[in-house]
Amino acid sequence: MKKTFKLEDLDCANCAAKMEAAINKLEGVQKATVSFMTQKMTIEADEAVFDDVVQAAVKCIAKVEPDCRVILK
Amino acid sequence: MTRKQKRTLWRIAAAAVLCVVIALLPVEGLWRGLLFAVPYLIVGYDVLWSAVRNILHGQVFDEKFLMAIATLGAFAIREYPEAAAVMLFYQIGELFQGIAVGRSRRSIAALMDIAPESAVVLRDGQEEEVSPDEVRVGETILVRPGEKIPLDGVILEGRTTVNTAALTGESLPADKAEGERVISGSINLTGAIKVRTESVYEDSTVAKILELVENSQEKKAHVESFITRFARWYTPCVVVGALLLALIPPLLLGQPWAVWVKRALIFLVVSCPCALVVSVPLSFFGGIGGASREGILIKGANYLETLAKVDTVVFDKTGTLTQGSFAVDAIHPKQIGAEALLDIAAAAESYSQHPVAESIVSAHGGDIDHSRIGQVTEIAGKGLRAEVDGQTFYVGNSALMEQIGADYHDCHLVGTVIHVAREREYLGHIVINDQPKPDAAQAIADLKALGVRKTVMLTGDIQKVARAVAEKLGVDEVHAELLPGQKVEQVERMLQSGAKLAFVGDGINDAPVLTRADVGIAMGAMGSDAAIESADIVLMDDKPSRLPLAVKLSRRTMRIVNENIVFALAVKAVILLLGALGIANMWFAVFGDVGVLILAVLNAMRCLGKVE
Repeated sequence: MKKTFKLEDLDCANCAAKMEAAINKLEGVQKATVSFMTQKMTIEADEAVFDDVVQAAVKCIAKVEPDCRVILK
Repeated sequence: MTRKQKRTLWRIAAAAVLCVVIALLPVEGLWRGLLFAVPYLIVGYDVLWSAVRNILHGQVFDEKFLMAIATLGAFAIREYPEAAAVMLFYQIGELFQGIAVGRSRRSIAALMDIAPESAVVLRDGQEEEVSPDEVRVGETILVRPGEKIPLDGVILEGRTTVNTAALTGESLPADKAEGERVISGSINLTGAIKVRTESVYEDSTVAKILELVENSQEKKAHVESFITRFARWYTPCVVVGALLLALIPPLLLGQPWAVWVKRALIFLVVSCPCALVVSVPLSFFGGIGGASREGILIKGANYLETLAKVDTVVFDKTGTLTQGSFAVDAIHPKQIGAEALLDIAAAAESYSQHPVAESIVSAHGGDIDHSRIGQVTEIAGKGLRAEVDGQTFYVGNSALMEQIGADYHDCHLVGTVIHVAREREYLGHIVINDQPKPDAAQAIADLKALGVRKTVMLTGDIQKVARAVAEKLGVDEVHAELLPGQKVEQVERMLQSGAKLAFVGDGINDAPVLTRADVGIAMGAMGSDAAIESADIVLMDDKPSRLPLAVKLSRRTMRIVNENIVFALAVKAVILLLGALGIANMWFAVFGDVGVLILAVLNAMRCLGKVE
C-alpha cells in the first residue's frame, strides 16, 4: 500500500533527507521518500501495519524538525 | 514570501541595523559583548531554541545545534561582532533558501498549470458547472473559447482551433472539427464546442501527466543518493575535526586555547552540507520541470541522468522516424502527362478505403467528378479495373499488368509501385512510400552533433525499404524484417557490448523493448496510455526533433549539478584548510556556508530556463 502525505513547514533539505533515512529504517516500510521540493512524503508499507508505520513516521519527522506538520487526510 | 519569512526578514533588518550601530559605539569589553547579544538574540532566538530541542532529541549533528555552538563559542572567545554576524548571515541564508525553493517550486507548478478547474456539463439540456472529476464517461461537456478542455473526448458539435503548447511544447494551434479528438489540458481558442467525454478525469491525459511529474520526485539520480550519503558523513567528520582542532594543539603542544578554539568554530560554521543537499535535487526538479514545458515528460531524475550519458539511440521505424502513413513519392508517366496519370489513378481508386488508394487521392488534391467514373471491379490482391471517361483502365501491381499482358517495367525507386494501363497500353506508374517525418533527418544529424556515437533503426519492414529510409535519414545501422521479439534481442546484444542505449518508439507494440533499454522513450504519447505506462521518458508529440532537445536539457541539468558539487566541495575544502592554518577567519566561513548555498541555488535555478 502506498500513500502520499503533504508536509507543512518543511524548511530544510538536509532535514528532509534525515527524515527519509529514519522512516526507511522503520519496520514494515518498503520504501519512503520525503521530498523537500514537492513538500510531500510518500510511504509504501505493508497494508496490515500501515497506520502504525504512519504514526511512527510522524514521530520521526517531529524528532528531526519539530515545526514540520504532516497533513493526515 | 510567507508570513513567517516576512517576520524573519524584519528581524534580520533590525539586527543588521543594531549591529552596525553597536560596532560604531565606543564601548569596550564585556559591555560590548552584552550589546551584541541583543541583535544576536533578535535574529537567532529560534535557532537557539531549536538547538536545545534537537539536542534533547539526540540530534547532535543538527545544523542549528552546530550553528548555536559556533556562535556561542565566538562569544566565549570574545569575537562578539563575528558571533552576531554569523547568526545574521545564517538566517539570511535560510531565508533565501526558503524563498528560492518556494519560488522555483511555484514556477514549476506554473509550468504544470494545465489542470482544469471546472467543467461545464450538459445534463437534461441544462448547463451545469462541476468539478472535472464529477463528469462521467459519455456525457456532453461545453467548452467555450479561451477555456481549458477539461476531459479527453470527441467533438460532437462545432469547430475550433486548439492550442496544445502546455502539453506538447508545440506552439502552432491545430484545427479541430466534428468527430475529431481533443485532449484535456489543451486550450480551446476560437469556437465553442460540445464534446462527448471518453474518460473520467482520473484517466484523462492531463491527470496522467500531472501524476507523472509529481511522482518523478520518487526516483532519485545516482548523484542525488551519493550526495545524501555524503552529507550523512560530512557533518560528523567536520565536527570531529573541529573537536580535535580545539583540543589537541592546546593540550599536547601547549598552544593558546583562544586561537585553536576559534579555528574549530570556523569548522562548525561550514559543517552544513546544505548547499549540496538543496541544490542537487533542486536542479533535477528544475530540469524535469523545464523539460515538461517542452512536452518532454521525464519520469525520474535517474532517467535524466542516464539520458545525458546515452551514446546509442535505437529507433523504431514506422510511426517514429516515418509518419506511418503512405504518400506519393514519385509519378513516372509514359505516353501521357504526370497530372493525367495521377488523375486517372485517383479517379479509379476514389471509392477505395485502402491506405494506398487514399494516398493517391490525397496527392491528387482536387475534386473528383464521380459522374466520370463508371463500373469499378476489384481484382483481389492485384488492383482494380475501372471505367473512367468511358475508357477501361487497370490500376494495380505488377501481377495485374502481367495478367492483362501490358508492357510494364519496374521502377528503380523503392516503395510500393502502382502501375496504370489503358486496356493493354502501359501508361506509367506511381511510387508510394511511407514518408520520413520532415524533421527526422535533422534530428539524427543533431544527435550526431551532440556526440551520440551510433544511431540504429529497427523495423519489421522489408530490407529494401528499410535501407532506403535509413540512407535518406543518415542512420548508421539498420536491422530489418524483425519480429517484435527480435527487436528485444537486437537491443540486448547492443547492451551487452556496453552501449548506453536509448530506445525510441511509439509505445504501441514495443513495450518490451522500451523497458529493456537503459532509457525507453515513447513518442506521440498524446492519449496513448500504453506509451505513458511503459516508457521512462515520454515525448508528448511525435516529432523526432524533441529528442536532441531532451538530450540537451538533460546534459545541461547534469552540468549544473556537477558544477554545484565541485564548487561547493572545493570552497568548503579550501575554507577548512585555511581555517585550520589560521588564514581564514569567521567571515570566510560565513561565505563558505551561506554564500555557497546562495550561489548554488541560483545556479540550480538555471535548470528551469529554455535551451536554445
